[in-house]
Amino acid sequence: MSPLQETIYRFSQNKVSLIGLAVVLLLIFIIIFGEFISPFENGVKQNIRMRLQGPSAEHWFGTDAYGRDIFTRVLHGTKYTMMIAFPATFIAEVIGIILGACAAFYSRWFDNILMRVLDVFQAIPGQLLALAVVAALGGSLFNLVIAMLIARIPASVRTARSIMLSLVGQEYIDAARSYGSRDYHLIFRHVIPNSLGAMIVSMTINLSAITLQVSSMSYIGLGVSPPTPEWGALLSEAREFIITAPHLIIFPGIAILLTALSFNLVGDGLRDALDPRLRD
Amino acid sequence: MIKYIIRRLITLVPIIIGVTLVVFTILEMTPGDPAKMMLGDGATLEQFEAFNEKFGLDKPFVSRFFNYILQLFTRFDFGTSWLTSRPVLDTLKARVPITLIIAVSSIAFASTIGVSLGVISAVKQYSKLDYVSRLTAMVLAAVPVFWLGMMLAILFALKLGWLPSSGTGSWKHYILPMMTLGLPYSARILRSTRGYMLEAVRQDFVRTARSKGVPERYVIWKHAFLNACLPVINTIGVYMGGLLGGAVVTENVFGCNGLGSFIINSVKRKDIPAVTGGTVFLAMIFALILLAVDILYAFVDPRIKARYTAKGAK
Repeated sequence: MSPLQETIYRFSQNKVSLIGLAVVLLLIFIIIFGEFISPFENGVKQNIRMRLQGPSAEHWFGTDAYGRDIFTRVLHGTKYTMMIAFPATFIAEVIGIILGACAAFYSRWFDNILMRVLDVFQAIPGQLLALAVVAALGGSLFNLVIAMLIARIPASVRTARSIMLSLVGQEYIDAARSYGSRDYHLIFRHVIPNSLGAMIVSMTINLSAITLQVSSMSYIGLGVSPPTPEWGALLSEAREFIITAPHLIIFPGIAILLTALSFNLVGDGLRDALDPRLRD
Repeated sequence: MIKYIIRRLITLVPIIIGVTLVVFTILEMTPGDPAKMMLGDGATLEQFEAFNEKFGLDKPFVSRFFNYILQLFTRFDFGTSWLTSRPVLDTLKARVPITLIIAVSSIAFASTIGVSLGVISAVKQYSKLDYVSRLTAMVLAAVPVFWLGMMLAILFALKLGWLPSSGTGSWKHYILPMMTLGLPYSARILRSTRGYMLEAVRQDFVRTARSKGVPERYVIWKHAFLNACLPVINTIGVYMGGLLGGAVVTENVFGCNGLGSFIINSVKRKDIPAVTGGTVFLAMIFALILLAVDILYAFVDPRIKARYTAKGAK
């Protein structure tokens, strides 16, 4: 079996991770087909007479303070979180790979400077860095992507760099060099493919963390602007009704929890599947 | 040993300067004219000029940055708020204790539960306790802090009435924030500790100790655990960053007047010096915590200790 097939096989043996993968696929399904499951309109239509109702046959998750259907709002909230998390993670990983490869391959001088710069960025707690970016640029979907990106890049570069440094030390790189392979050929054909596994694991961790961070930012009021039904924003609206209508809090919260949890499970499963020590 | 500590303290200085530069640069990108934002459109030209002169906004970025660094290191002046015209340091002094209590109690809570359960879980691998704690840890590690806070508040303040749900006053006010912030991190620490313990227990020296007849208690705690301790301490230090960030959100949930809510409110009101000062201050605290972790590391790891005390003795 090729390494890829072997990884897939080992991943599929892990039942818990498969559940996580199923949830992630469900989320993607919701993003694509959400409009058919329950049109966005249902979450916008206000019906004050039906406000703050608990879960019922008609409104599966109940209604909010304006009588809007919470199920629809939570459903459509999925895409906002994902629209921020996926681009931010992907770009952070790409930048991480580029800088990590440069640090591993080229001069020690560049590597040292890079490490110092990363030290400075990592000295600021991630949440604060994101807050600073939002302070400057204001809260919006696009700015949140930038904020999450800036907060995640240092860790991403560190991970990529350490993987690539360990790969560069291995003999097959020296062997390839000895028969004249050029540097960029080495990078693209050998080092990057071999570091992909660990980078994907780090991606899932980032996705989970960004999901939590984005909803936190919206919760404190510095994320998307109302009436966008992003999960954190839904919880922020629910705050004043914590006593009278707890159902407002339960459902968006569970959505956030399940999303972050499923990314974690997939990441754990992938890490175990890729771990060479567990091979027979 | 002292030499090591002094050397590490000195490396703090460029880091703080770097942090200030990063924060300054990010906040510099705020669009709009601060004077107009604070004074409103109706103010006169003289008022705008007076505002700009008072806060040094008529000078270029580089000169403002250097002045800030100078005043930071010589007078601990973290800047002056545009809104209140009072030094940021005053607000910091008033609010930091609250944030520190939340942060310290949370990390103590998280470390105690996380490390002890992690070790037990590793030792009794595959037992019911192991599975239950791993499952709970998985869920707790993924739970959003602010949601957990609200749920705990519903349970303990609303339904049971045992604890107050907001504000700060007595020690009771700090229990919910401590649990809210501590539980997710205890889960993460548990998983890390369990992983490191499992590795340590499989090492040769454990087998040797057992074959020598050392009581299992000592094998676990004196040998395996102490070896796993080092990466665990390192991990806890790293988590402190996330914890400080989480404290900011937790303060918002429970209405505590800490540094976190100060920064959040300043961001909303576009009071840039307050945001700068607060962020730089928190970064300094984080840097000091990491320093403490490094020093603790040096004390616990006999290899580092030997390197420095042997040299000193000679």
